[in-house]
Amino acid sequence: MTPNPYLFIVIFVGVALVFPLIPLALAWLWRRFFQPPKPGAQKNAIYECGVESIGEAQIQFRSQYYLYAIIFLIFDVEAIFLVPFAVAFTGLPVGAFVAILVFLLLLIEGLVWAWGKGCLNWAR
Amino acid sequence: MSEIDEALRNELQRQGVWVTSMQELYNWGRKNSIWPLQFGLACCAIEMIATAASRYDIARFGGEVFRPSPRQADLMIVAGTVTKKMAPQIVRLYNQMPDPKYVISMGACAISGGPFKQGYNVLKGIDRYIPVDVYIPGCPPRPEALLHAFMELQRKIDSQKLTGASRAEHLDPAEPSEFPVPSFGEHDLEPPANRDVFHPAKIERQS
Repeated sequence: MTPNPYLFIVIFVGVALVFPLIPLALAWLWRRFFQPPKPGAQKNAIYECGVESIGEAQIQFRSQYYLYAIIFLIFDVEAIFLVPFAVAFTGLPVGAFVAILVFLLLLIEGLVWAWGKGCLNWAR
Repeated sequence: MSEIDEALRNELQRQGVWVTSMQELYNWGRKNSIWPLQFGLACCAIEMIATAASRYDIARFGGEVFRPSPRQADLMIVAGTVTKKMAPQIVRLYNQMPDPKYVISMGACAISGGPFKQGYNVLKGIDRYIPVDVYIPGCPPRPEALLHAFMELQRKIDSQKLTGASRAEHLDPAEPSEFPVPSFGEHDLEPPANRDVFHPAKIERQS
């Protein structure tokens, strides 16, 4: 008689449950009979680098940060596309050339827009 | 739980029966898996790193697992000069370590301020705020000295009792697990020392 092919999964789940439960049970028994728990404000603190945490964890990022995302796209992501474009420049068909030009134009348009908006001015 | 009679143990061992007690088993496991907290303060930390590296190899004593989190550490090696700016952080890290926890005060600076004792910003010994188990003199102590301190700590752990009036601190509900963190005062840390912990040796001068 062949065992059910899913039997080993059941065994696996059983072992996966029992294996972590044994140390937890032992720790609980140890705490119950020998070691008294000693919780404290600092021991239970969330941050564990020795410095007290300041403020709330649920903070909001200002929506003005979208400017950084746009300028990052223009200067950083564009460079990644420009390098393979420059390498394959001579062998490109016309369609691919026009496509990359459109892409560049879109990014340049973004740059012109950011320039006009004054994002590139050094903040004083 | 109680101590085993040595003669009886030897007699049984001769017959091929190995007996132990819960206390011995517990301490044997603890003393051979001391995980230090990974942090160094000054040049003593370089010696601590050398102790952990292959030449001196603290792994032989079960202490190679330097934990970057106090939650997983058993031993705090205060390796180097403790500035007054750093002292509250060290006490807080000590407080965040789970029981049982031990402290090795490594080097002259951690013991007493060492060569920088006169400095306005140097704490004159970490034992002013947290209880220290082993002191290592030296400036800096050699890795062998740290290994010796480690073995001394293992000896201490091995001798700790599980029950009774003289049991280990972490098993006694009356013993504190956290110590007050000093704050920055106008000129010095407030308080300058925790009197419940700090018991300096009395110097008796002969006139």
